[in-house]
Amino acid sequence: MSAQTKQFKVIGQRLQRPDGIDKVTGRARYGADIDAAGMLHGKILRSPHAHARILSIDTSAAEQLNGVMAVITRADFPTPHKGFEDVQDNCMAGDRVLYDGHAVAAVAATSKHIAKQAIKLIKVQYQVLPHVTDVEQAIQPDAPVVHSGLVSRRVPKGFSENVVRYSSFGHGDIETGFKAADAVLERTYKTEATHQGYIEPHACMASMGLDNRADMWVCTQGHFWIRNMCAGVMAMESASLRVTASEIGGGFGGKTTVFIEPVVLALAKKSGRAVKMVMTREEVLRATGPTVSTMMHVKVGMNKAGRITATYAKLFYQAGAYKQATVDFGAMPAFAPYALENVKTEGLDVITNRPRTASYRAPGAPPACFAAESAIDELCQELGLDPMEVRLINAAKGGTKSSYGPTFEDHGLIQCLEAAKAHPHWQAPLEINQGRGLAAGFWFNFGGETCVSVFLNNDGSVTVTEGNPDIGGSRASISMMVAEELGIPYEQVRTTVTDTGSLGPNEPTHGSRVTFAVGLAAIKSARAIIDEIRARLARMWEVDVTDVVWQDGAAHYTGNKAGTFEPLDLRQVADIANNLGGPIAGHHEANAEGAGVSFGVHIADTEVDPETGFTSVKRYTVIQDAGKAIQPDYVEGQLQGGAVQGIGWALNEEYVYGEDGCLQNTGFLDYRIPVASDLPMIDTVIVEVPNPGHPFGVRGVGETPIVPPLAAIANAVSRACGKRQVDLPMSPPKVLASMQKA
Amino acid sequence: MSHSHVSTTINGQAVQYACPTDASLLEVLRDQLGMTGTKEGCGSGDCGACSVSLDGRLVCSCLVLGVEAQGRTVDTIEGMADKNKLHTLQTKFLEHAALQCGICTPGVLVAARSLLEKNPDPTEQEVRYWLAGNLCRCTGYDKIIRAVLEAAKAMREEQA
Repeated sequence: MSAQTKQFKVIGQRLQRPDGIDKVTGRARYGADIDAAGMLHGKILRSPHAHARILSIDTSAAEQLNGVMAVITRADFPTPHKGFEDVQDNCMAGDRVLYDGHAVAAVAATSKHIAKQAIKLIKVQYQVLPHVTDVEQAIQPDAPVVHSGLVSRRVPKGFSENVVRYSSFGHGDIETGFKAADAVLERTYKTEATHQGYIEPHACMASMGLDNRADMWVCTQGHFWIRNMCAGVMAMESASLRVTASEIGGGFGGKTTVFIEPVVLALAKKSGRAVKMVMTREEVLRATGPTVSTMMHVKVGMNKAGRITATYAKLFYQAGAYKQATVDFGAMPAFAPYALENVKTEGLDVITNRPRTASYRAPGAPPACFAAESAIDELCQELGLDPMEVRLINAAKGGTKSSYGPTFEDHGLIQCLEAAKAHPHWQAPLEINQGRGLAAGFWFNFGGETCVSVFLNNDGSVTVTEGNPDIGGSRASISMMVAEELGIPYEQVRTTVTDTGSLGPNEPTHGSRVTFAVGLAAIKSARAIIDEIRARLARMWEVDVTDVVWQDGAAHYTGNKAGTFEPLDLRQVADIANNLGGPIAGHHEANAEGAGVSFGVHIADTEVDPETGFTSVKRYTVIQDAGKAIQPDYVEGQLQGGAVQGIGWALNEEYVYGEDGCLQNTGFLDYRIPVASDLPMIDTVIVEVPNPGHPFGVRGVGETPIVPPLAAIANAVSRACGKRQVDLPMSPPKVLASMQKA
Repeated sequence: MSHSHVSTTINGQAVQYACPTDASLLEVLRDQLGMTGTKEGCGSGDCGACSVSLDGRLVCSCLVLGVEAQGRTVDTIEGMADKNKLHTLQTKFLEHAALQCGICTPGVLVAARSLLEKNPDPTEQEVRYWLAGNLCRCTGYDKIIRAVLEAAKAMREEQA
């Protein structure tokens, strides 16, 4: 039976998550919620300079402070394993600090108070070096250079050494395409860096024995990666470090890498005690997370019929102090929603004196999509075309050669556009000073390295063991899929996220992969259990295994001796399992393929105050293809949360750097994420075009919702105020200035 | 650092502790009393994750000193459910999937309870403005607002 026609019993219901009660009562334990006997408190000293040479570090006064048990600098770290040099350097600076907030030294002390005092006693002599934090300045040939000698061969000439990587994608001949256009639009767009903004600061506790075996408790999206990275940075064997993931208070990509974790291990090693470290919000903003800031040149050609004839984008992505590939994930998806004969995108990776950027929900895609979808919207205005019709005319379908190379399988973009067109929001009247913006967005989705084990317990209940921290209800979704496959009630299944010592490696909770990939592996594990039960019962009944089928939660004999054997349900099988050869379990390990691409369409209504330039969001609708929504509440939650993060990026979030290269807004008061009173309800429409790569048709849904909002809001603001917005965030002074320009 | 002796009432129970005079109520709750249901998101009163009630008034416990609880009444998330029975707000949060990661949830629940004590029939806008001091990065607030409005309705019906 295909996923489309299959009738589900458990899947699609709005069931409650197993961790829900713990999270509404305060019982759930997050990164900072655990202590150990004799535990010390760690604290990091951070650079006050954007770029400086470290001439000397004197730790003697700190070491002499009563209660200080260890002080470390880079000298306490081993030579890292190959490939972990940048990660180590970012966790603890070597001979240079590369950004404001870069770690320089760390202490472990018997109280937080003493640790705080101790870092003030560490004396660091700096030789301040010229710095650069702005992407446009960083590419100039005479810009201060962050790292020399990193420039890849393909990088075009004419830039500073900060332009370290070049990539390009596309097909056809854009010059021919532009000649065929009735209108060609060229614009430069800019976006500022934002932070993932998870409410839980990074927190970690670790201890290490004299044999260098260590245990760690940490809030992370992926404890297997934390283990691998810590092992790489500390030159350990992965097997000697067991990492347990706490409940996680948000990550959005920012908790897929290490910041404090290797430092805590180094302090635990030196002190011989358990060490706990919790970042302050200021540290989170100065030294973790942020996204790229960008400068993007875009050129789009369109004919009078609304057909896009050619697209071109040149993207400069400022990626922080170390080489990154984020720009590729802007260059590839920029024009992915469209079937194009002529498309070219170029990506240039620019390093600066800013924190090493980390992934943030569809990393790289939102800025590029903002530029591309803004240009298309402006061309629609110029040619007097309906932006919905133009998107329908040009939409990529199954079989379309994508803008970045591969040919798409079936996906739901057309269905999303049709649903958007039919939605009451699209036709609703607008009031004065209001504008409506439309944008489509794309994300690749991902499967990746996945290991799952499923156990039949003695009483017939089922335990699922998986390795992906649950941020938005995935334990419920995994349990639901296993219950569906086994034909048993949801309540009979419990899914547990286990530690790195109990399961094979798993990629983090990233890439919109968990419901797809972990679900796939859990379903296959459940199938292994079913096959094992069938084989054992066939032996017991002395019948052919092909005559034993699993249906509606029980084994049935269907051969010519039908009626001889009563069906056995899972609890009955569990009762006799030990007499039939012992415990029954299923497991599955794979790189999950077939994640299935994801498209979404957003409609935004904004009102711009002509006196102040202040924008308010009046109405917002998200339409997205989920393949199959396992638990619709959690799908809607992803669509709403992603959209609001995008609204924040569009309107008010930005990293503000001073002339000194230091971050000026290091708290939630000045780095302002959207609050409840900023927003309307976020309406959602779940479209279900099944993903052929998953037994139930699932597509990941987590990342796509942050891709369209930057453009949807910008298009709405541009139409509301009559001036095209090309510079994010659209803060009131910026919008007002654009309105006052002739 | 000198310590002060404090006698207070937390979730209806008489509690005594000695705390450094510069320790926040949040630090006392979490580090000294092991009540980690109250969360720290910023330490500067900007995020609301550490919301508690102090003599019935909603405060950020990171902005209150531990010594300020002397002779007063503190209510935290741990006291919200009545033994084994969840508060209506807690039930509605689960029914409406009003949490994703859950780190802001204790603070949001404490703040929402404080609103409904003062205003049992708030409008959507009143809920949004009351909760504007409680940051949530996961949900976009939609399901939180719906859950609070539904809880208010259910509580009014219980009272009627």
